[in-house]
Amino acid sequence: MSKKITVGPVGYMPQSAPSMGVELSPEGKALLYGNIVEEEEAMRDAAKALLTMDNPTIFPGPMVLWDWRDDVAEKSAAILDLASEIPNCKIIPMPDYRPKYPKIDVKAEINPNHPNLTILDNKIKACVFIGVHCHYANLTLRMIRAGTACYTVAMCAEMGHEEAMASIRDVHAADVLRFRDIIIEVRNELGIEYTTTMPPENPSLPKEDWGALTPSDYGEYRSLIMSKKGEHVTAVE
Amino acid sequence: MSLNKKLVDMDYLLNEAPREQHFITGAQAMAEAVKRASVDMAIAYPITPQSEVMHLVGDIYAQGHIKEYYRAEEELGTMSAIAGAARGGVRMFTATSGPGLLRGLEAIVSWPGHRIPCVLGVLTRVVNAPLSIQPDNIEMAYLMHSGMIMLHAENQQDTFDYTLAAFAITEKVDVYIPVSVSTEGFFVTHAKGYVDMMSEELAFDVIDPYKAPVPAMDNEVPPARIQRDAPVQKSNFMSYLIHSVWQQEIWDSNRRAMKYVYQYLGGPIEVIHPDADVFIVASGCAAAQGREANRYAEEEGLSVGFIKVKCIRPWPKDEISAALKNAKAVIVPEHNIIGWLSKEIQASIPNGGIVVEGPRVYGGMTLPVELIMEQIYIALGMDSEKLQA
Repeated sequence: MSKKITVGPVGYMPQSAPSMGVELSPEGKALLYGNIVEEEEAMRDAAKALLTMDNPTIFPGPMVLWDWRDDVAEKSAAILDLASEIPNCKIIPMPDYRPKYPKIDVKAEINPNHPNLTILDNKIKACVFIGVHCHYANLTLRMIRAGTACYTVAMCAEMGHEEAMASIRDVHAADVLRFRDIIIEVRNELGIEYTTTMPPENPSLPKEDWGALTPSDYGEYRSLIMSKKGEHVTAVE
Repeated sequence: MSLNKKLVDMDYLLNEAPREQHFITGAQAMAEAVKRASVDMAIAYPITPQSEVMHLVGDIYAQGHIKEYYRAEEELGTMSAIAGAARGGVRMFTATSGPGLLRGLEAIVSWPGHRIPCVLGVLTRVVNAPLSIQPDNIEMAYLMHSGMIMLHAENQQDTFDYTLAAFAITEKVDVYIPVSVSTEGFFVTHAKGYVDMMSEELAFDVIDPYKAPVPAMDNEVPPARIQRDAPVQKSNFMSYLIHSVWQQEIWDSNRRAMKYVYQYLGGPIEVIHPDADVFIVASGCAAAQGREANRYAEEEGLSVGFIKVKCIRPWPKDEISAALKNAKAVIVPEHNIIGWLSKEIQASIPNGGIVVEGPRVYGGMTLPVELIMEQIYIALGMDSEKLQA
């Protein structure tokens, strides 16, 4: 297979994948290096990258971080399951799309306006984008391809992304779990021995009481809290 | 929608739903399309020849086909309000003409970058000065580099079909930029033609604001976010880079729309007599005259082909290049002085020198078929007579 889209850095001024002739895959198919392939082939290549490259990281976006649709909780739980099967996998969220000035905390988040800062600082060589709105995912994936040597996987709820090395479309919770199963399969094929362990409790954090949360607990993200239909928010600053 | 309509997808609405023939103006055709598009809100400021369209859209609002409608203060306000409402996740329609388009242009050219899905009717008119209200499509040249999708309707039927299709194309997740539907003022808007229309009991599925490449704004629950898109105007490399890849994304979205042009319009071009030596290539109302010249030529036994360009953006470079690969001469009749269509065609083929830049009429002048025939005779090395005014 000739690779139309490759791991970067591809240069100072990246050419967009669609302008290089890459088209989104039809339903039931996926994109791998810009070519239309079977979903399993793309998932297996992505799995291999996540299992063999340094500092694999999942970047969950707002659509799986904020509980604003019925299927979010199930999908988010599946993402945690997926992360638990990738050795040394980190989860760094993209909670919103505003550029972070004067300086982003690259250990804590990634941002579509300057994503390579987080990639470079954490020396991430393989990553998964999931739950990021398509417009911002396209920008982010292109900038990563331009300036870093990072293998990108897009797990998109819509039509996928031309810019990613591996792009899976129409992804719901069941598809994330299917990818998790392929990760386990490829991991066994590669002879990587791994047993999932949950991270230890952080003794420095106070015990969280979710019932007593106020908008101020959300810090700089408090403006993103949305009331649900019929709900009246009284506790505001 | 307060009326009890049956909601259907655009494939059914455009391609399968039974139709009945009506004899209506282009303005009526555009309003009838809006009636079947489950439009949430229309905003406009009147200008001739668009006024007729938005007056009729006001009527269908009064009949309950549209939820909200108002007349704005002027076009910059209109187009800005369209952007604000569309960001809230509702389906929007507006229309304008010539000077009105240029007055609203600052807001209009920001729509694609802000990922505003909406439909803009462009009922073309002379750009002043001197003051005139007559048809001339030079204003379309100003939209060609805005990033928006541009459809150009030949007649009343196209105006109806393209306007409906535009609502489906603009809301596709991989597109999600505005679509303009242009047609010539007066020649189409105020003239009657046959239009096959489906029942008004049918309407396009309502918009799903969550099925979008950007988050919709919640305009009702405070704290209202007055700007969705991130300010990236800082003076550093990353700000420049994000802006450049953002611009690329708009034109990529424009490019992705081509598959929907095939799906809903049957492709970006129509070709008659593909093996001819001499071609007429035209869009909009000029295509109607080009089609007639093609018929004249056929009656005279001349080898003349015809290409109608339905879609100006995304520009069908590959399709036009393939269709003209054996052409010896290409005649491009247009309703403007600069010849924006002929320039696009010249840039699309390796032998641009075969493009005849004209005939062109402007300022409200009609485009007689004889003007096109004159160029055909010249291209074929035949004697021709100069058409007299």
